[in-house]
Amino acid sequence: MHTRTLAAALAVLLAVALAACGADGESEAGQAPTTAAAETQAAAAFPVTVEADNGPVVLEERPTRIVSLSPTATESLFAIGAGEQVTAVDDESTYPEEAPRTDLSGFQPNIEAIAGYEPDLVVAGFDPGGLVEGLEKVGVPVLLQPAATNLEDAYEQIEELGDATGNPGEADELVTTMRKSIDELVGSASADAEGLSVYHEVSPDFFSATSQTFIGSVYELLGLENIADEAGAAAPDYPQLSAEYIVSADPDLIVLADTKCCGQTAQKVAQRPGWGHMAAVREDHVLLVNDDIASRWGPRTVEFVETVAQGLQGAEEQ
Amino acid sequence: MQRVDQLRAREARALPGITLPWTLAAAAFLLVAVLAGLAVGPVGLGVGAVARELLSHVPLLGVQSPLTDTEDAILWELRAPRVVLGLLVGAMLAAGGAAYQGVFRNPLADPYLLGAAAGAGLGATLVIAYGIGSGAGRDLRPVAAFAGATLGVTAAYLLGRSVGGRSTATLILAGVTVAAFLTAVQTFVQQNRSDTVQEVYAWILGQLETSGWRDVAIALPYVLVSTVLLLWHRRLLDVLAVGDDEAASLGVPVARVRLLVVAAATLGTAAAVALSGLIGFVGIIVPHAIRLLAGTSYRIVLPLSLAFGAGFLVLADLLARTVISPAELPIGVVTAFFGAPFFAVVLRTTRTVGP
Repeated sequence: MHTRTLAAALAVLLAVALAACGADGESEAGQAPTTAAAETQAAAAFPVTVEADNGPVVLEERPTRIVSLSPTATESLFAIGAGEQVTAVDDESTYPEEAPRTDLSGFQPNIEAIAGYEPDLVVAGFDPGGLVEGLEKVGVPVLLQPAATNLEDAYEQIEELGDATGNPGEADELVTTMRKSIDELVGSASADAEGLSVYHEVSPDFFSATSQTFIGSVYELLGLENIADEAGAAAPDYPQLSAEYIVSADPDLIVLADTKCCGQTAQKVAQRPGWGHMAAVREDHVLLVNDDIASRWGPRTVEFVETVAQGLQGAEEQ
Repeated sequence: MQRVDQLRAREARALPGITLPWTLAAAAFLLVAVLAGLAVGPVGLGVGAVARELLSHVPLLGVQSPLTDTEDAILWELRAPRVVLGLLVGAMLAAGGAAYQGVFRNPLADPYLLGAAAGAGLGATLVIAYGIGSGAGRDLRPVAAFAGATLGVTAAYLLGRSVGGRSTATLILAGVTVAAFLTAVQTFVQQNRSDTVQEVYAWILGQLETSGWRDVAIALPYVLVSTVLLLWHRRLLDVLAVGDDEAASLGVPVARVRLLVVAAATLGTAAAVALSGLIGFVGIIVPHAIRLLAGTSYRIVLPLSLAFGAGFLVLADLLARTVISPAELPIGVVTAFFGAPFFAVVLRTTRTVGP
């Protein structure tokens, strides 16, 4: 008898709760179109739901106070014409020049400092110290875009940014252009790359990047063999290689992505003990690339592929 | 009571020296470590080929080296300097540890006491974090670490003296204080410059990756001076081990000897740390293992620490180079991972207490 009363009471409670939810949902759905109608066409698509790495992210309106904590996202946002919607970018977002760089850190983010910019969207490269949870608690939607591992991932992130900022057309266009340029470069370079190997240097203490990383996937696409893959069992993404191994592997192409951070040059590489014997050093197949471009997965990846493709022409001629 | 102390002090002086079997064991261990260090690496040169290459440098044997130019460069420009640097750093850390333990009569004292490591860490971190854009950062690192270590120890020494106590406890407390402060500054700098944090960590974990013979040439003079000074004082360390007052009553200038030994150990350690980063544990386990196995006199502990510390670090680096080849492990991980269990076994089987 008692149990039945309890069950009935619960059923009533549940029904009330469900009704409340339904009413809530209805009012929201009813409201959105009316406000949207008054807005510009760009906002017509809102609210949108973007499927990001941290699950579905709902944006009620077109964001106009974006905080980017990811240098790659900053580059992409400006490339798809969402630059004007960006209020603040992190201290590592060095490109483009006009990006509103602040002292916010993407590595050790301070939620209060970020919230201080009153953002209506935060784009983050990774989620240290409960960043996403903390921002969502104060009602700020977060788009988590961790390091891409291949070009398709990178394109997808640009599309996500386009949807989230109300610039889907520009994002589509950017992806199409990137895809076309890279496909062309790969098409013409793959013959040069046949049978050649590459050593990609992340730092002068011989940290490198395997094919599991974004930059590694670009070499793979070009058809280059990556000498760091040998160490993949020890560190699947960025292993620290031993100098002995690099010298004996004798790669055909050396790509220095530590020119800005650590001032590495072809001359300095030639002076390293034992390195003078390597064919790539003797025949000057040492490519200098901008660290920032080589460590991001944004629109400037095209420039990187171009540099490597040109370097390959030189290497193949020999 | 006074009389008893004097007797103990005299007894300490009369402790037996190093025995022939231990001398031979140390020499054999060193030889094996060096040969293994040269023969094994991420690139398989072949033990036989390396042996023939070595013999080809001995005149009149007429042995032809089987190595190609690249292999020759790997052996002599990359592997050999690393082995030699391992010898110098290992010898210095172990002997420095033994000396600190003797001078402070504290079994936990090691080269990192008195702010040497914390100061070196701060110096290196500053260079990595702020000086690197110039491109000269890598060359400046040893200099900055050395300056930092010297600064740390000097600060600790002055603080300890200004407090006034002659006891070793005061000096050690001053060292702990200075080290804590310097470490805090270092962590602050490191967190402020997140883009270089990985490089700072790599240095903190220790690495023998060298820029060839140049690093060896930088370290050698400091290590030699330091080693000679420490060995010179090995008998006095035996006397000091009994107690300050007892040693003074035997005519030992306690304060001067302590200052000299600390200065010598710091000099060598700072040079080692500057080049190889913070390689922990060697300064503790090597001297203690020797005390437990061979004897507690500093006439035994110091020379054997030099030899076994050197060999131990070369073998540890061998593992660091090969375990996950062609990737590398930080050597500090290896010294603790293999050193700790080894020391636990020594501790359990001998069941005697250190100094």
